Amino acid sequence: MPKDHGIGASSKRREDVRFLTGKGQYTDDINRPGQTYCYFLRSSVAHGKINGIDTSAAAAAPGVVAVFTAKDLEGVGGVPCGWQVTDKDGNPMKEPKHPILAEGKVRHVGDPIAAVVADSLAAARDAAEQIELDIEELPAVIDMRAAVKGGTAVHSEAPDNICYDWEFVAENKAAVDEAIRGAHHVTTLELVNQRLVANPMEPRCAIGEYDAGRDEHTLWTTSQNPHVIRLLMGAFVLSIPEHKLRVVAPDVGGGFGSKIYHYAEEAFVTWAAKKVGRPIKWTADRSEAFLSDAQGRDHVTKVELAMDKDGHFLALRCSTLANMGAYLSTFAPCIPTWLHGTLLAGNYRTPLVFTNVKAVFTNTVPVDAYRGAGRPEATFQLERTIDKAAREMGIDPAELRRRNFIQPDQFPYQTPVAVVYDTGNYGATLDKALELADVKGFAARKAASKAKGKLRGLGIANYIEACGIAPSSLVGALGARAGLYEAATVRVNPTGNISVFTGSHSHGQGHETTFAQVVAEMLGCSESQVDIVHGDTSRIPFGMGTYGSRSLAVGGSAIVKSVEKIITKAKKIAAHLLEASESDITFANGQFTVSGTDRSIDWGTVALTAYVPHKYPISEIEPGLEETSFYDPANFTYPAGTYVCEVEVDPDTGVVEIQSFVAADDFGNVVNPMIVEGQVHGGLAQGIGQAMLEGCTYDESGQLLSASYMDYAMPRAADLPNFVVDHSCATPCTHNPLGVKGCGEAGAIGSPPALVNAVVDALAGHGVTHIDMPLSPGRVWEAIRAARH
Amino acid sequence: MYAFDYTRPASLAEAIEAMRGDEAKALAGGQTLIPTLKQRLASPATLVDLTGITEIRGICLKDGAVSVGAGTRHAEVAASADVRRLIPALSHLAGHIGDPQVRNRGTLGGSLANNDPSACYPAAVLGLGATVHTSAGRAIAADDYFQGMFTTALDEGELITSVDFPVPEKAAYMKFVQPASRFALTGVFVAKFAGGVRVAVTGASEGGVFRWAEAEAALGRSFAVGALDGVEASPDGMIGDLHGTPEYRAHLVGVMTRRAVEAAA
Repeated sequence: MPKDHGIGASSKRREDVRFLTGKGQYTDDINRPGQTYCYFLRSSVAHGKINGIDTSAAAAAPGVVAVFTAKDLEGVGGVPCGWQVTDKDGNPMKEPKHPILAEGKVRHVGDPIAAVVADSLAAARDAAEQIELDIEELPAVIDMRAAVKGGTAVHSEAPDNICYDWEFVAENKAAVDEAIRGAHHVTTLELVNQRLVANPMEPRCAIGEYDAGRDEHTLWTTSQNPHVIRLLMGAFVLSIPEHKLRVVAPDVGGGFGSKIYHYAEEAFVTWAAKKVGRPIKWTADRSEAFLSDAQGRDHVTKVELAMDKDGHFLALRCSTLANMGAYLSTFAPCIPTWLHGTLLAGNYRTPLVFTNVKAVFTNTVPVDAYRGAGRPEATFQLERTIDKAAREMGIDPAELRRRNFIQPDQFPYQTPVAVVYDTGNYGATLDKALELADVKGFAARKAASKAKGKLRGLGIANYIEACGIAPSSLVGALGARAGLYEAATVRVNPTGNISVFTGSHSHGQGHETTFAQVVAEMLGCSESQVDIVHGDTSRIPFGMGTYGSRSLAVGGSAIVKSVEKIITKAKKIAAHLLEASESDITFANGQFTVSGTDRSIDWGTVALTAYVPHKYPISEIEPGLEETSFYDPANFTYPAGTYVCEVEVDPDTGVVEIQSFVAADDFGNVVNPMIVEGQVHGGLAQGIGQAMLEGCTYDESGQLLSASYMDYAMPRAADLPNFVVDHSCATPCTHNPLGVKGCGEAGAIGSPPALVNAVVDALAGHGVTHIDMPLSPGRVWEAIRAARH
Repeated sequence: MYAFDYTRPASLAEAIEAMRGDEAKALAGGQTLIPTLKQRLASPATLVDLTGITEIRGICLKDGAVSVGAGTRHAEVAASADVRRLIPALSHLAGHIGDPQVRNRGTLGGSLANNDPSACYPAAVLGLGATVHTSAGRAIAADDYFQGMFTTALDEGELITSVDFPVPEKAAYMKFVQPASRFALTGVFVAKFAGGVRVAVTGASEGGVFRWAEAEAALGRSFAVGALDGVEASPDGMIGDLHGTPEYRAHLVGVMTRRAVEAAA
């Protein structure tokens, strides 16, 4: 009998009531008295020298409150970067200033040059057209491979356009080279992990307001982590002390990483609201989102995998160019390094790994984390290369993987790439996925497809990811300029209901439901007695927000710690009321009982007593029932799994149809199976979107060609099969109290290589060995044609 | 969007008058024009909304042809029992333009006046050899109407009033959708009449919708897929973009033509 509440129950998402009935409160739904509107005039060229900006006509235009350019922003800092990577020679990365409004140069199409504040958005836009720009266009650096050859520099600080040249694990370099030289076989693959646009349904929005009476600033913004924004913007950009700065991220309509970062527009409206003495709203339209939201992926990589005669992996060598875009976004430098290089062991015992990553500045929109962030790139490299190796070695792709798996009895497993996996069972998810995909029946299905003139293929991919980000001491040593703990306050109200204040932020994940289930389970109460509060720095404890599949593993653990403290204190109160020793009190199903007796007292009485302490051990404990905890994880969590995809390709048109898709995931313990499955479905949709449809493309001059949904293909329901998802092969995390691992990114990490492997399998008979994503019909057809010739 | 005046005439005569105004622009369904206005890529002084003119809406039979008013929405064409009975290929085409929102706002006249090189309707009009009637009293043959991407035989201020579609013996439209926009990356309309076969191709050519003469000749000899053996479209002049090379589009012209013949036969 499945549970109907608490941990393990598929409780319905309580937040959906407001989302599905139009009652959500998003940033753009908020309007402040006297509010003005901001429009940013953005660069239409990718690279140029600003010789002059004349804003006089715009400033005099009807309805205009003020017009600002970089020269007005004296004393305002640039957008800071939150992670410093050290290069192979021990030098810090190149970190050029990222101004709020362009200073002297524009560096990508969409770079903000001027901001018009007016009584209406239409007035602001009209006025912006009257700004006279004198911009001398410079040659643009778009292709990374050309950028590193020198010539034009995006920033004078980096004449070769290299932000850092990073080696990992540097001590292994010689041994890896030697292993590759002496190996029985080396499989080589060059591949592109294309740039993507995150495309959350809700575009970014920010409202700044200044209360002169209290000297207090408020920013409402579409953020995944309001405290991080308060910290970065307050301390590094605007010099506003934290107690005078409130950041609110109300309902947020999806982020996928793109709303982690601190953006120039947020700082501008906060700063300018004080200047003009009125609140300022800015809302991106979709075209603006394409030109200003941090984009994802964009790696070009060469992979070499050395094997012995039996296919045992001996060494892996990778070399990657990673696009940073025109400026360093908040976490950009750590994505191709510490979230990528450390995952290159995958699920395998490869003893030696070496990777070189060159981060490259180009005249394009900045690139940062997007669902998976570094881990999809690592997984794609490994799983595509292993598939190619299997074909070259004549070994079944599942068998080659199995032969190299880290075995269940080897955990905790020290990888050669720094991280230690706590637990896992990769053979179990592989077996489960192969069984659910009916791999045994594949040959017959392939024959049936062939009879219809179609080519059928089967693709397997394993993945592992490091989630539950992250132990602060570890990330600090690796260059993070912040801690990555999470905080939670649990407040038991006098009548026994519970308010939980969490530093995690929900922008689609269903925290309000899942966290309530955890608390209800621990306190033996109903979920409806628990309310989850998030997103407002004036209400919640200092927390680091939501990304990297961390909310339950880290934020949930902080809640558990606080509830444990509550229970400890409540037992003391109960012991006093029951005139028993504290050590004799047991707590179960919402009742405090003296062990071995029928004397008990309920939760509500204890809660009320805490706030009406008439009969109370006042000399021992304080009144009230509220606890705060900060949880800093001991390790990452390591969700892992196996995905199997079956496709049918129409060789006449290049159309790929997904016939089936199986995901067998190990997420450790699961609190709400329905929400977890929903997260996997969403991740798979985005991963399949990357594999088949999406591609962010610039032309040589730096104009974004895929600048709207007319050219940027988003996955739609009709593009996707009915997913078969399973999370029964669970090995609970060993170091957090819930034994959970995180499920938000898995689908986007494991699905691209599974799908590409399936298509390459289908086309192998035509001589196709690789196709770069997205596998659009045109590309698939061209690949078949090229292989024929 | 820039500010503009808006008028919604109740008759064709009033509309013709309104279109004489300086910088007047007709709004037929707005599925292209409204997004263009929102992006500030057009700035008409007056928007003349044609959706209130009942005399240019509706479907009737006229001299053996199916006459569709220019103001008729795609969904209405798709749902028409007469169209479904007499030219099912046209019903199918109309029922697969864009999405339900587009089909319930967009009109035949709007699509033809815009003549987007990837639109579906031009393929049906050219493939069926339809006649375009206008507010100037002109009856323009399809072969004369389409004059290249976004270019037509319409004069300034001239409005389409109706289109007469001859009823073919057999016809089919095959659309290969562009993955992002779901416009036709290549769409082919094949129609067989007693007097010959017409093959119209949309989405593929830099010159907009065109007739594929070689395929028409081959299919005129024998209306069967086999007749197209060895008949290949040339990539010269085909569109090359993010979604397909000229070679791919030329190839798709052949594939879609064969599939249309199969569907029609």
